[in-house]
This record gives sequence, C-alpha cells and structure tokens, in this order.
Amino acid sequence: MIADVVAVVLLLAVAAYACAGGTDYGAGFWDLLAGGARRGRRPRWLIDHAMAPVWEVNNVWLVFVLVIMWTGFPVLFQRLCQSMWLPLALAAVGIVLRGAGFALRKPAQRLAGRRLYGAVFAVSSLVTPFFLGVAAGGVASGRVTAEADPSAHAWAHPTPVLFGLLAVTTTALLGAVFLAADARRFDAPDLAGYFRRRALAALGCVAVLAVSTLATTRDDAPHVWHGLTHGAGLVFVAAAAVSTLATVWLLVRGASPGAWSRGSAVVVVASAVIAWGMAQRPYLVPTTLTVSEGAGADSTLRWLGLVTLVAVVLVVPAVVLLYRLDTRGELESLTDADLRRGAADEG
Amino acid sequence: MHSTLQALADAPAQLLPARSLMAFTLASHIVLVPLGVALPLITLVLHGYGLRRGDRTALLLARRWSAVMAVQFAIGVVTGTVLSFEFGLLWPGLMGRWGDVFGIGFGVEAWAFFLEAVLIAIYLYGWRRLPARTHFLLALPLPAAALLGAFGILAANSWMNTPRGFRLDSAGNPVDVKIWKAVFTPMFGPQYWHFVVAMLVTAGYVVAGVYAAGWLRGRRDRYHRLGFTVPFTVAAALTPVQFVLGDSIARKVFHEQPVKFAAMEIVWTTGAHMPEYLFGRLHPDGSISGGIRIPQLDSVLAGFSTDTRVTGLTSVPANARPTATQATIAHWAFDIMVGIGSLLVVLALWYALVWLRRRRLPASAWFYRCAAVAGVASVVAVESGWITTEVGRQPWIVYENMRVAEAVTSTRSTSLWIMFALVVVVYVCVFASFLAVLLTMRTRWRLADEEDGRTGRAGSPRQTPESGLPYGPRPAVPSGAPPPEDQP
Repeated sequence: MIADVVAVVLLLAVAAYACAGGTDYGAGFWDLLAGGARRGRRPRWLIDHAMAPVWEVNNVWLVFVLVIMWTGFPVLFQRLCQSMWLPLALAAVGIVLRGAGFALRKPAQRLAGRRLYGAVFAVSSLVTPFFLGVAAGGVASGRVTAEADPSAHAWAHPTPVLFGLLAVTTTALLGAVFLAADARRFDAPDLAGYFRRRALAALGCVAVLAVSTLATTRDDAPHVWHGLTHGAGLVFVAAAAVSTLATVWLLVRGASPGAWSRGSAVVVVASAVIAWGMAQRPYLVPTTLTVSEGAGADSTLRWLGLVTLVAVVLVVPAVVLLYRLDTRGELESLTDADLRRGAADEG
Repeated sequence: MHSTLQALADAPAQLLPARSLMAFTLASHIVLVPLGVALPLITLVLHGYGLRRGDRTALLLARRWSAVMAVQFAIGVVTGTVLSFEFGLLWPGLMGRWGDVFGIGFGVEAWAFFLEAVLIAIYLYGWRRLPARTHFLLALPLPAAALLGAFGILAANSWMNTPRGFRLDSAGNPVDVKIWKAVFTPMFGPQYWHFVVAMLVTAGYVVAGVYAAGWLRGRRDRYHRLGFTVPFTVAAALTPVQFVLGDSIARKVFHEQPVKFAAMEIVWTTGAHMPEYLFGRLHPDGSISGGIRIPQLDSVLAGFSTDTRVTGLTSVPANARPTATQATIAHWAFDIMVGIGSLLVVLALWYALVWLRRRRLPASAWFYRCAAVAGVASVVAVESGWITTEVGRQPWIVYENMRVAEAVTSTRSTSLWIMFALVVVVYVCVFASFLAVLLTMRTRWRLADEEDGRTGRAGSPRQTPESGLPYGPRPAVPSGAPPPEDQP
C-alpha cells in the first residue's frame, strides 16, 4: 500500500522533472539551433534571460527522483544503474558540461570562449535528455534486469532509442513554447513568432515519434503497450492527445495569453509520463520487478512519505513564490552601481 | 607487504578506478561545500548589519558575496548531481542492499537542497525590486536550509561509520528497519557538529583571507576592514569550539570504531601506556619509522589516563582492517588536520588578545599574512578530515557489514578508467573556469571601486562589474537589431 503511494510520488517527481528540466533542456536545444553568432544572438539572449533565475531549481528535481528511487526502491536503482550504466554515465557527464557551460558562458569575454562554452552547453542539452530517455526506455521495455551486465548493450534497442529521441523532441517542444511566451513577456514580438513556429514543428515531431514509439512497444514492450491502450493508461494517452491539439490551437491562434499554451504543453508531457507509469502497473520494471518486490522496508517508505509531505508543505510555497516573482518581473538583481553610489558618498 | 599484496590480489579490478573516481569527485565537491553551507550565514550577518545601520559599504559587500555564493552554488549543484549518479553507477551493491536503511537522510537533503536553490534564486534576483526588509526576511531561512542539507548527508555518512537501525535475516539482508535509529547513530552527533563548525570556520577564514591579502597590498579602507572583520570574527570565535568538538569526535571514534582509531593513531598492538606518534610511517610488520614519538600520550588522549587500553590494528584479522599504507594515509591526514586546527587556535587567540587589550585589529603584517594563509589551510584541514574518516574506515563501506569490494559495480575496469579520465579533464576545466570567474569578478569590482574613488561617483549602470556573470543583472532583450560592437 505505502509502496504504491511512494511509487506514485516517484512518478510525479519524474513528470515534474520531465516538465521543469525538459523546459530547461529545450532552451539549450534551441540555443544549439539558433545559428551563427550573429543570427543567433537575439534568441540566445532571450534564452539566457529567461532561464537565469530558475534553471537550478528546474534541475534539482532530478536529485529528488534519484533519492526516492534508491531510498524507496533500492533494487530498482541497483538494476537500473547496472544495466543502463553507459547511458546514465554519459547523462551524468552531460549534466556537468551543461551546468558549467551555462554558468560560465556569460563571463567569457572573447567570442571564441563564448562560442566554446555555448556549444558545450547546447550539445549537452541534447545529449543529457537523450540518454536519460534511453534509460527510461530500458525500464519500459523490461531490459532493466538483475542479469543485464553493464557492458552488455541492453539499451541499444528500438524502444530505448525511441524514448531517447522522444525525450529530446519533448524538451524542444517545452523550450519553444515557454520561450515564445517569455518573448512576449519581455517585449520581443518577433521572437514570439520565431519560437511559436519552432514549437509547432517540435509538436509535429513529438506526435510522429509518440505514435511510432507506441507502435514499437506493441512488439518490444507488450505489457506497456497493453497498459497504454487500456484503462487508466488510455485515459492519460487521450489527455495527452487532447492537450496536444489544444496546444496546436493556442499556438496557431497566437494572440492568446502565453500562459495558456505553456499550461497545455506541460499537460501534454505530464500526461504522457503518467500514462507510461500507469501502463507499467503493477510493475516497476515490466514483468520482472513489481512495485511490492522492489520496495524498500515499510518503515522507510512511511518515513519517506512523511518527509515528502513535510517538504511539500515547505517547498511548494517557495517554488510558487519563485515562479510568481519571476513572472511578475520582481526578480531583477541590483546593479553594483546602485550600491557603489552610496558607498562612494560615504567616503 | 604481504597483506597489502594479498588485499590487492583479492580486490576486483573495478575497485581501484571506482574508488579513485569517487574520491576525486568527492574531494572536488567538498571544496565548494564550506561556501555553500556557511557563506549564506556570513553574508546575512553583514546584510543585516548593513540594513540596521544603513551602511552602504556593508550592503555592497553582502551583495558581492551573494554573487560569489551564486557561482559556487551553480557549480555545487552539478558536482552534487554527479555524486548522486555515482552512488548507483559505482556502488550498486551498497545502494541495492542498504538504500532503504540509510537513504532517508538523502531524502531530507534533497528537499533541503531544493529549498536552498529556490531561496538563493530569490535572494540573488530580489535585490532591486523587492522591498529591502522583505528581501532580507526571505533570505533568512537560507542558512537553516543549508544546515538541513548537511544534516541529511552527515546522517548517511555517520550511518556508514556506525550502522544501526536494522537486523540481518538468515540471508544476511537487512530487515526490521528502524529509521530513527538509522539516522541518529552514535557517530551522527559528533560528526554533524564537527562538520557544521568546520564549514563556518573554513568559509570565514577563506573570505577573510581575501581581504587580508588586500590589506597586505595596502588597501586599508573601510570596505576591506569590514570585509575582513566580520568573517574573521565568526571564524575566530568558532575555532576554539571546533577544537573541543574535534577532541570529542576523536574520543567517540575510539569507543565506536576502535580499529579506525588505531589506524588514525597507527597503533599496532592492543595495550595500555600507548605512545603518540606525530606523523611517522607504519610498516606491514607493525614497525614505525620516522615521526616524533611522545610516550604515554595516546592513552592519555584516548581516556585521560596512561592506563587506558588502546585497541591495536592486530586485534582484527588483516582483511578486516586498513592496510599499513591506508593506516599511514589516515594517520597523516589526521595529524595534518589537528596541526592546522591548533595553529588556527593560536591565530584566533592572537586576534582575541589584541582586541581585548587595545580594542582594534592587530597591526602586524605577520598577522595578516597568517590570516591570508588561514583560508587555504582550513580548506586543507577539511580535505584531511574527510580523508581521515573515509580511509580510516577501510576496507568497509558499511563498517563491519559490507566491504567496499562487495559494493563495487561489475562494469569493466577499462570503462571506469576512461570515465575517470573524462571526469578529471572536465572537472579541471570546470574548476579552472570557476576560479577564473571569481578572479574576474574581483578585478572588475576593484577597478569599479578605483574609478569611483577617482571620479567621486559611480559608473554607468549599463556597464556593471557583474553584467557578464552567471547571476549578474539580466540584460534587457533588445527588440531591434543586435548592437554592432559585439558582432564577429
């Protein structure tokens, strides 16, 4: 019982990371495709501007996902790390490069340095979600087993690779939708159109990939396929499909307030992740590891639930405050000059 | 030599690269931790002072330190995330079997970390628009969140030293988990307070060291005086406290992990009237070469009496204790930490005496030279302390319950070596860039201040010293064509 609750918490954390972290990776994706230093200058400017206050918060979700996994489902964590060793190791390297690239790009003085850091940031924004998606695909297709050796290529199969590609296109979709809305917020109407077109293109790719992934799972991951086409899984698949159409409509209309398209894009991604989780029931890894088999000690799970509850009470208001302050334009740091003026007067 | 060779022969090939990788990433991450845990508190002390007195210099310093905090936190987030991956990628055996026993600490840590990220973002970007009081009050929970994060990590590490809160079933798997006991293990209290105070002391000396260096170069204005005094006072006040805490943790190790204590003090055979060695080298046959021998002292330190029996390394079989080399490493690290701690106490006393007698800062250039070095020295002490606790626990990853060799991944050692090389290259670049950013910030701030001094007014707000920093002011997105000067 408590194991199921923690499994739901884990699923919601994965969904939250897919949405928050995804938006962040998406910004990096469009940074990569923004073109040369001259052509890409304004999109990159917007990307930096929009991401700055929230990018770390977006990525802390991943730490939370990992912690719930090893505390709540240690066996799953062990098997995942063994069988998906290479994708996870590459994702970890990608995370360092990406964080460092983003944080250190702005201070770089010369164009060459800026280009190097920028390229590192952008390429790893592509690589990291791909490999995280591959690992997720390994779980979905039941390849995360106790027997899978780290040096075997358990991840080099259609479903994991399609999951990886789907992860990349999803981040591109979220990034473009959010940036289009940010462009309007920061008074850059031309960029709003620029990112709206890209959002529509990404949405098309997501739809095509989602359908082909679904088709592939029929043979490659039959349990998940069955779950996605029946019951609760189907409900969330339908929700994802409906919100995809809603997003298209909102993007094409263009004039609608930005927040609506952001909301519907988040619903697309969150429902897709939740649909996957529902389809896996009652397994953590389809047909080899059930939720109850993979669960840690009951007392730990109860404590984990309690810790989560306390944290939700503390963290949710904080996160809401941050996003609220950010969207209302309250977050603007003081320039040094404001303070030096006073200090200089004092002598 | 025999036991070392045998231990190496028995160890899986993955062990060396996995341990090297973990040690390297942890040692790098730990450099950032003092600034992450303690800098918010020191900054807020100065910020509060600045607000109360309407002191713009204090506010300017607080703002600049918050920029340092931000860069540090950004790098710390990535290196910390890598560590969570490594737990699984390098030590799947540890996480698979014990994850549910000791993982809950990390659960607390993850949320605390989350809160910290949110609060830091609000603090950094709230300087301009938020009302000054609201801005300060929103940042107040920041040190508490940092302490909560440290609580989680230290709970996990002290559990590895003195594992509790479970029973082993017939197959040797932990059952009947009692979380409360698993979190509050015997080593937890001593380790936690020793760690927290170490972070405050280190951050204080590191920050003060920067201004001490400026003082030595002749910059003796109010800005430098304030920047030196506040962090140095915090650190100096806590240094004697740390000395007492350090002494109590050593005695706790003596009671709870006698073999580890034997390694830290290179005690070969069990007995009373044990001498203390300062440095020196332990050989596999139990002989000790080099070092300074002080008769009876080890027994006195462990139990306040020359009759105290100290457990030796030979009290357990060779495969259940650190090798002679490992014991020597732990011993040296321990002695270096204690040595630096003692010197810092002397420095703190110097400061306190001058202050009590003359009500002013010491004037001697030697004092500032020592203060400038104290920052680096305390970072070395932190690293040494960590080496003592980790190497001293060998060969156990979970003391007396799981060997490091049982926990290691089965990935080919070649892959691990490649990964290690890759990580070293990446980290060297990242940390070099981190340092470059800090130095750039410092230079720009100084130039800006000098210009102010010359012209008597602040520079234009468009070209601010931090406009190119990760957490600098967000540039306005231009709606027109890109400005010509930045084109290739």
